[in-house]
Amino acid sequence: MSKTKVIVIDPVTRVEGHGKVTIHLDDENKVTEARLHIVEFRGFERFIHGRPYWEVPVIVQRLCGICPVSHHLAASKAMDIIVGARNISPTAEKLRRLMHYGQIMQSHVLHFFHLCSPDLLFGFDSPAESRNIFGVVEKMPELAVQGVMMRKFGQEIIQATAGKKIHGTGAVPGGVNKNLSISERDHFLKDIAKMKAWALSALALAQKYTLDNIKAVQAFATFNSSHLSLVRDDGALDLYHGNLRAIDAGGNIIFDQADYRDYSKYIMEEVKPWSYMKFPFIKSRGHLDGWYRVGPLARLNACGFIDTPEAGKALQEFKAITNGAPNHMTLAYHWARMVEVLHCVENIEKLLNDPDLQGKDLVVKGARAEGGVGVIEAPRGTLFHHYKVDENDLVTFCNLIVSTTNNNEAMNRAVKKVAQDHISGQKKITEGMLNHVEVAVRAYDPCLSCATHAIGKMPLLVEMYGPDGELLDSRGQYL
Amino acid sequence: MDDGLGPAFASRMECLNITGLSIESDYQLVVEHALEISKFETAIFADASLNSPPPFTFEEIIKTPSGKFNGHSLAPEEVLHFAKTMFSAKTRGFLLGIRGYEFNGFGEKLSDEAEKNLNEAVAFLEKAFKSPNGPV
Repeated sequence: MSKTKVIVIDPVTRVEGHGKVTIHLDDENKVTEARLHIVEFRGFERFIHGRPYWEVPVIVQRLCGICPVSHHLAASKAMDIIVGARNISPTAEKLRRLMHYGQIMQSHVLHFFHLCSPDLLFGFDSPAESRNIFGVVEKMPELAVQGVMMRKFGQEIIQATAGKKIHGTGAVPGGVNKNLSISERDHFLKDIAKMKAWALSALALAQKYTLDNIKAVQAFATFNSSHLSLVRDDGALDLYHGNLRAIDAGGNIIFDQADYRDYSKYIMEEVKPWSYMKFPFIKSRGHLDGWYRVGPLARLNACGFIDTPEAGKALQEFKAITNGAPNHMTLAYHWARMVEVLHCVENIEKLLNDPDLQGKDLVVKGARAEGGVGVIEAPRGTLFHHYKVDENDLVTFCNLIVSTTNNNEAMNRAVKKVAQDHISGQKKITEGMLNHVEVAVRAYDPCLSCATHAIGKMPLLVEMYGPDGELLDSRGQYL
Repeated sequence: MDDGLGPAFASRMECLNITGLSIESDYQLVVEHALEISKFETAIFADASLNSPPPFTFEEIIKTPSGKFNGHSLAPEEVLHFAKTMFSAKTRGFLLGIRGYEFNGFGEKLSDEAEKNLNEAVAFLEKAFKSPNGPV
């Protein structure tokens, strides 16, 4: 009987949160199993119990310092239902959208320019010492500065709409607590043309990387999957609100225009003993075949079109490389992410020119409900918040399915595929080979803090064990 | 509890209305802070300290960054490094570590010992900022 070795990558770097990868090898160094483990736990869904519902949109932001706005808005949407505000005012919705586009823009930009660009610009096997943001600053300072300036713009949009760059209070049950002043609007309008130009340039860079390396991109961590996203009622990409659409690997509809408040009719969650992260799946397909991907790639696959002109054109070019069929290339997440940045910038410009942002009708309320579900397309994918409250307004139930959790099975498959393609059978395992595994995880831009409801520092460890269970190799950029 | 020493220090310093002093209180240090501090001659990074000698430590940042930026939050020396390399800043950086003691509990109030250390740190910086030679 053959024995197994295990490699562990711990911590996995340039992601948010703490995770590790284990790769099991047999006596011939062939990969027998590879997994992404999430090693933090906080239990946020539990300790929110007993808090008054109006505190929730503020408290849940403590899940994460990276995407607090997404939690803030998803929780606020759930609370809208609880306070009977099925339809918030146009001013409130547009201000929330502005906040959300600012958040997605800054999150995607940080990931592309500062976390993944070293891999794309210098190569997965390039020296680890310079394969980081310090290397980008040294060799391509203009790109690094653009990243900072675009992120700053997004953060300032958040500050103007939420009150603070991180952990703001702008969205409240039933609406928002402030509008956008004319001076704030003009402050952003003066830079919007520059932001659009930089977004187009970043998109061109991501697209060029994909097309110039298409064979490698097609081969790297590519596998068929279903895709899930919110879409508008006409099938357009909508990052703030819509109904659920799931498609299979061939692009066939699994379900469409599903009301997200009924998410539990469509999605189930499985627990596995080796990870703190849950494994959601599409109920009708069962836990073996029902897993799916979310996030930028899934959104572009699921939507029919994008309603902003430049991003709309970019979507057509994105879909053209697979002749309109779903794109299953993990590395295409980067290109998809930049299409979304452009979409956000275009939407921000449109909203800034909309006088509704200076409206005074900020909050609506109606008949009180016992529970509510809020769903939003967060930077990393579909984010579900579900709450129930008692007659004293205190939370009695909370279930969160965060974006990264939705991608759990896909990230595990990506890890396994890359381990099999780049490590299996090799006599010597190099740092570059192990970085390939991290590149696959990083493409999903996972927020492991959110996924495990823990405050994380984003390290990821890779460990490799031998046939007798001995630790053969271990790496992580914190080492 | 005492992990609130940083925001408490920021809040106290803001109340002093010292000319030329700009305060920013944030959850974590990120890349755009490099741009922010590049506009200033001096940047002071203040936070609670787990184990420095009480009441506080105040020292110039001369450490070179590790070059292993891994995630979304940065160390003070990394922010300073990016300010210099990306924005040609001449900014000098200082680290103020105010000793705290209670980090595991919930609550908005600082421990009594941490409060005392905070008072001393604020008094030290106030005096330094008001001296003819500036803070450093």
